[in-house]
Amino acid sequence: MGLIKEGKLINDPFKNVSDRETVPAKGPVIVSIDQWMVRRDHLLKRSDLIGIWLKSDEHPETIAGDLAHLSLVALEFSSFRDGRAYSYARLLRDKYAFSGEIRAVGDVLLDQLHFMVRSGFDAFEVKNENPLDAYNIAAADYSVWYQQTGDGRLSTAELRDKGIRR
Amino acid sequence: MYRYDEFDHKLVQERVQQFRHQVKRRLSGELTEDQFKPLRLMNGLYLQLHAYMLRVNVPYGAMTSRQMRKFAHVARTYDRGFGHFTTRQNIQYNWIKLEETPDLLAELAEVEVTGIQSSGNCVRNITSDHYAGRVKDELADPRIYCELLRQYTVLHPEFSFLPRKFKIAVTGSPKDRAAVALHDIGLRMHLNDSGELGFEVLVGGGQGRTPVIAKTIREWLSPEHLMAYVEAILRVYNLNGRRDNIHKARIKIIVNQFGIDRYRELVDQEFDRIKGNIRGIPEAEIQRIKAYFSPPEYEELPDFTDKLSMLRLADKAFDLWVSSNVEEHKIRGYAIVNLTLKAPDRVPGDITATAMDAVADLADEYSLGEMRVNHRQNLVFVDVKQVDLHSLWQKLGLLELATPNLGQLTDMITCPGLDYCNLANARSIPVAQDINKHFVDVDRLVAIGDFTVNISGCMNACGHHHVGNVGILGVDKHGTEFFQLTLGGSSDEGASLGDRLGRALPQEEVPAAIEAIVDTYMDIREDDERFLDTYRRIGMAPFKEAVYGSADTKVVA
Repeated sequence: MGLIKEGKLINDPFKNVSDRETVPAKGPVIVSIDQWMVRRDHLLKRSDLIGIWLKSDEHPETIAGDLAHLSLVALEFSSFRDGRAYSYARLLRDKYAFSGEIRAVGDVLLDQLHFMVRSGFDAFEVKNENPLDAYNIAAADYSVWYQQTGDGRLSTAELRDKGIRR
Repeated sequence: MYRYDEFDHKLVQERVQQFRHQVKRRLSGELTEDQFKPLRLMNGLYLQLHAYMLRVNVPYGAMTSRQMRKFAHVARTYDRGFGHFTTRQNIQYNWIKLEETPDLLAELAEVEVTGIQSSGNCVRNITSDHYAGRVKDELADPRIYCELLRQYTVLHPEFSFLPRKFKIAVTGSPKDRAAVALHDIGLRMHLNDSGELGFEVLVGGGQGRTPVIAKTIREWLSPEHLMAYVEAILRVYNLNGRRDNIHKARIKIIVNQFGIDRYRELVDQEFDRIKGNIRGIPEAEIQRIKAYFSPPEYEELPDFTDKLSMLRLADKAFDLWVSSNVEEHKIRGYAIVNLTLKAPDRVPGDITATAMDAVADLADEYSLGEMRVNHRQNLVFVDVKQVDLHSLWQKLGLLELATPNLGQLTDMITCPGLDYCNLANARSIPVAQDINKHFVDVDRLVAIGDFTVNISGCMNACGHHHVGNVGILGVDKHGTEFFQLTLGGSSDEGASLGDRLGRALPQEEVPAAIEAIVDTYMDIREDDERFLDTYRRIGMAPFKEAVYGSADTKVVA
């Protein structure tokens, strides 16, 4: 188990604070949307980084107005089969212009890593025994993409148009 | 015909490599079956009653002789020597071993076909008119847009884990041979009031246990906005589709729940937001794809109609075949030839490896090396010289591929049914074979005319029973197979769902019931009226009485 960000295994600077815990005096935290609503003023006064955890049925629209205060949005895959988080990530990047960290949490299956990366995720909670190895294998799966997404990579159609050959 | 460039090849090779690794992890136990299932499904691999089944896409139904030979090779090497063409322009193999699938897929990749997204909760094979590019009434070749959509949907980062499967069909012709109204998205090309070519967009059609005819979400869409609009539909569905109940997860359910107006509003909001942002597909790319579908170099041929008439006069069997299985081609001197996979004693859609090889050879000799598969499980040669029709007919006859029953009562669609499928309640194939035994008189079949019979072994409706002129649905009653008949279904333009005839019948009574329906129709039809039109004019009552008798009619009606 480990957190991978921008291709590196890192120590998570954020603490996940459950709804029953009290928010620590210092340090970056991730809270649920409910806690954000309740403790918004307190969290803003702390002047530490704030992240919000969205479950798969919690649309980022609800926090769209608060994104300027947030450094991180964690999108939970309640099951790897539930694909809503991909659309949430794209909306966060494209519609709400969120440039902070979008972290994949929950049932993160590395076989889906490329879908996540291209939808706008840049951090991944990986459950595998050797997270970095597993990540690197998955990250090498694909080098060709047909679609444009918000990540700025050129689609095959654009590469063809520019005469860029493999 | 589209050909892969190095990007397409690279993607498919990477996909095979990824799957090879996944299979290895499954076999070693690193992946659980639960984790592996969606991964294998997205490569077309199902676990069926007796073995794995692999479904391979034939993109928009078009294939080359080289691909057909590879299908034959796969049938021989990895299966039991045959394959099965389905109603969605796919070929299925029923006896596949998991550990061999990576090699099998690598072999298919060599000829530019894949099982990618032939299953799973993602966008499936884009289907289209099997006569695309070859008929006069066509406004534009739908395959260009099919290929653009294929590339847009393959391994889509955002839409590979939708609430449920998602099917898209495109027609470029006012005569709908692609059943667009029975798809999650149906695209029908037409001209707007200013004479510009665009798409009518239909949404929320489908069969299964809740059959729905698609509704128009947009009257006219400019082709330049096709991807943005499809993306908007998919995003609204991905975010709003139900995920709590697999039977209520298709887009049709949410479209019905929201109402088409509300769904349209949501899609339009999203479309308006993204249509400017999406860096459209470069014109050069559209032209590049278009070029692959430019017409082949046809020869200047004299009109052969008179000589053909002589040949038809001289040989009644040939005449029957021409009138039933041969269609007009847009180029003088050419014809479209349907190869029916519906010989009376055969399983509809099944074809042996030997026959596949022979078909590939005939396609090279007679049809510029290309062929199609249609959604009624038949093959099509699209570029046959009229002067060659007679000799092609003779050769197809030897392969039992010249049964002159296209569109007729014995040209039945059937799903694999309980003989293969672990979802089925009943067998479909023996029912089709029973019906075939009752309808052997060729002249009578011709007199009956257009008459579709579609058979599904369960309510998942893979045999399209809802849209058969006569639909037959297998149901299980206390461990015995019964069959529920419906009348009046159609998947063509002006699509309609069949209405229930009455109580379900035991298997042995089905052929007699069809006989009674046909006899009634022949009695009451006006002039050359098709069965479908007679039914729409008169309604259910006389057919119900014919099948169940007058006493039953009163009770049920």
